[in-house]
Amino acid sequence: MSTKATNILVPVISVILGLIVGAIIMLVSGYNPIDGYAALWNGIFGDLYTIGETIRQITPYLLAGLAVAFAFRSGLFNIGVEGQLIVGWFAAAYVGVAVELPMIIHLPLAILAAAAAGAIWGFIPGLLKAKFHVHEVIVTIMMNYIALHTTNALIKTVSGGGDRTESIFASASLRSEFLENLTEFSCLHFGIVIALVMVGVMWFILEKTTLGFELKAVGFNHNASQYAGMNVNKNIILAMVISGAFAGLGGAMEALGTFEYVSSKAGFTGIGFDGIAVALLGMNTPLGVIFGATLFGSLKYGALNMPNAAGIPLEIVEIVIAVIIFFVASGYIIRLFLLRAAKKKEAK
Amino acid sequence: MSFLEVLYFIVPSAIFYAAPLILVAIGGVFSERSGVINIGLEGLMVIGAFVGILFNLLFADTFGNATPWLSLIAAMVAALLLSLVHAVASISFRADQTVSGVAINLLAIALSLYLVKKIFGKGQTDFITERFTRYDFPVLSDIPFIGPMFFTKIYNTSFLAIIIAIIAWFVIYKTPFGLRLRSVGEHPMAADTMGINVNRMRYIAVMISGALAGIGGAIYAQTISGDFGHATINGQGFMALAAMIFGKWHPLGAMGAALFFGLAQALSIASSSIPIIQDIPNVFLLILPYVLTIFALAGFIGRANAPKANGIPYIKGQR
Repeated sequence: MSTKATNILVPVISVILGLIVGAIIMLVSGYNPIDGYAALWNGIFGDLYTIGETIRQITPYLLAGLAVAFAFRSGLFNIGVEGQLIVGWFAAAYVGVAVELPMIIHLPLAILAAAAAGAIWGFIPGLLKAKFHVHEVIVTIMMNYIALHTTNALIKTVSGGGDRTESIFASASLRSEFLENLTEFSCLHFGIVIALVMVGVMWFILEKTTLGFELKAVGFNHNASQYAGMNVNKNIILAMVISGAFAGLGGAMEALGTFEYVSSKAGFTGIGFDGIAVALLGMNTPLGVIFGATLFGSLKYGALNMPNAAGIPLEIVEIVIAVIIFFVASGYIIRLFLLRAAKKKEAK
Repeated sequence: MSFLEVLYFIVPSAIFYAAPLILVAIGGVFSERSGVINIGLEGLMVIGAFVGILFNLLFADTFGNATPWLSLIAAMVAALLLSLVHAVASISFRADQTVSGVAINLLAIALSLYLVKKIFGKGQTDFITERFTRYDFPVLSDIPFIGPMFFTKIYNTSFLAIIIAIIAWFVIYKTPFGLRLRSVGEHPMAADTMGINVNRMRYIAVMISGALAGIGGAIYAQTISGDFGHATINGQGFMALAAMIFGKWHPLGAMGAALFFGLAQALSIASSSIPIIQDIPNVFLLILPYVLTIFALAGFIGRANAPKANGIPYIKGQR
């Protein structure tokens, strides 16, 4: 079997295994898995409204997935997408409430602010990795908590002691009456367009530019890249900055589209961590990220229907997602299994 | 409040907050010293907290006063079993250890909440009735200065944490087992050549880390929160990970770092009633542990170097 075929088969098999494990858990704990998955299906595709909401849910997942995947391609593991997304969320909402400008300036400004905030949050671990060889995983985890506590404190200051900001001015909003009417008044907003454009941007950077070539080269082997005359340190920092900017944009989707404000958080949103799953499932390619984000975004939104329609706690979907990640990460064993199966076939 | 009063108030609560962190950080030391990154500490703590509370609620009538201690054992077993999942993925299946750890974290919180909703029909458990209780240590609490600081209103679990840290130091640095553990984390091929079963050592190390993280989670739940919900363990595992790094992968260092982070937590909660500190915005105390960890890693506060083979699956015959 060709490597390309196995590369596609591993995620597909993982998803199937994840759903099977989910079904077993439902069965063991006394629920009917068929009812459960039917409720999930209806929660995703039930009517135009749920489809609109599902697409809205997919939007930040696309950007979080791009952020993780982009860093991965340069050999970096950005666990800090969560924190970069939170600071982006805050920055966009802040620009949204602080000033009132014509839409043509205000909206791009708010979006850029989010990207810049995320980029700065990615720059710090990038710099530390490049200059001090500090492993980015730990630094980004720490940056997540710093982001959480800092934005909470800032929200308190901005709102004069409250725990959420005012709603943003309409001139900074991504909401669209057209899309809302199309989907029976769901919260679907123009963010999905931005997210899809960003998928194209990532593809273009990686496949069509010198920068992308260098980033991938550094990801494959940084010693060889150094020897070939590339500036490895610069590329590490750039990769983290761009990755952080994608994550920040994910925050802007929540700030300018879905919620139109930012509130202080007791814990993480989870979107950033799910971005890891999205990227892994998508094998870190732009097209794969669309696949991963669609799957996980749909599962997440569809799960909301499960307690009402089937009486099953929605956490079952989180369990399924965790199991999928587990199997994708353990791709070695699936590949081994496929290889043996293929050999057996040949022997016959 | 006078300075001494502040000290008598802050030091016991620092130790109180540090106890779970110490245990979980020591667990991390075992795992990473053997060469397996364990980002899943947070999830292992979650399972520990959940099983601890569940066991306590179910058996409080049967076991009475002994319930919290027996809950620790139940939590230990549960987290040990979950850590086996991480071990199988990262040692036998050669998975990316960080990714597998992320999966453990997601799985633990999802599974616990799923079961909480199934069993209790709501988002969090009831409050436990049998908790660990504070007491004044006889005789020692009468010593001036030291008594009120270290032996008044204390939990036995704090002693447990400190004793386990010392035992861990002895095991890792003074026994053949510890030498083997460290050798598979630094240079697994050399260890293999000397007849040490690398994968077996790593399995044992990950299971120890699971057991300790489970105890840590159950202590946190039974001393600090009193029930279990989605936000019971909220970053404690990652803070323990930070303590492990700040302590430079050394059991006693990790304990020191955990005590320091416990102090930061105690200060951030009690800051409004303490002079000088009440002028510092709370957020600085909240982010202090994380900022310090980054500084430690960057080499501003001594250099923190991970074990050499940390995060690399061992494949026989591969150079």
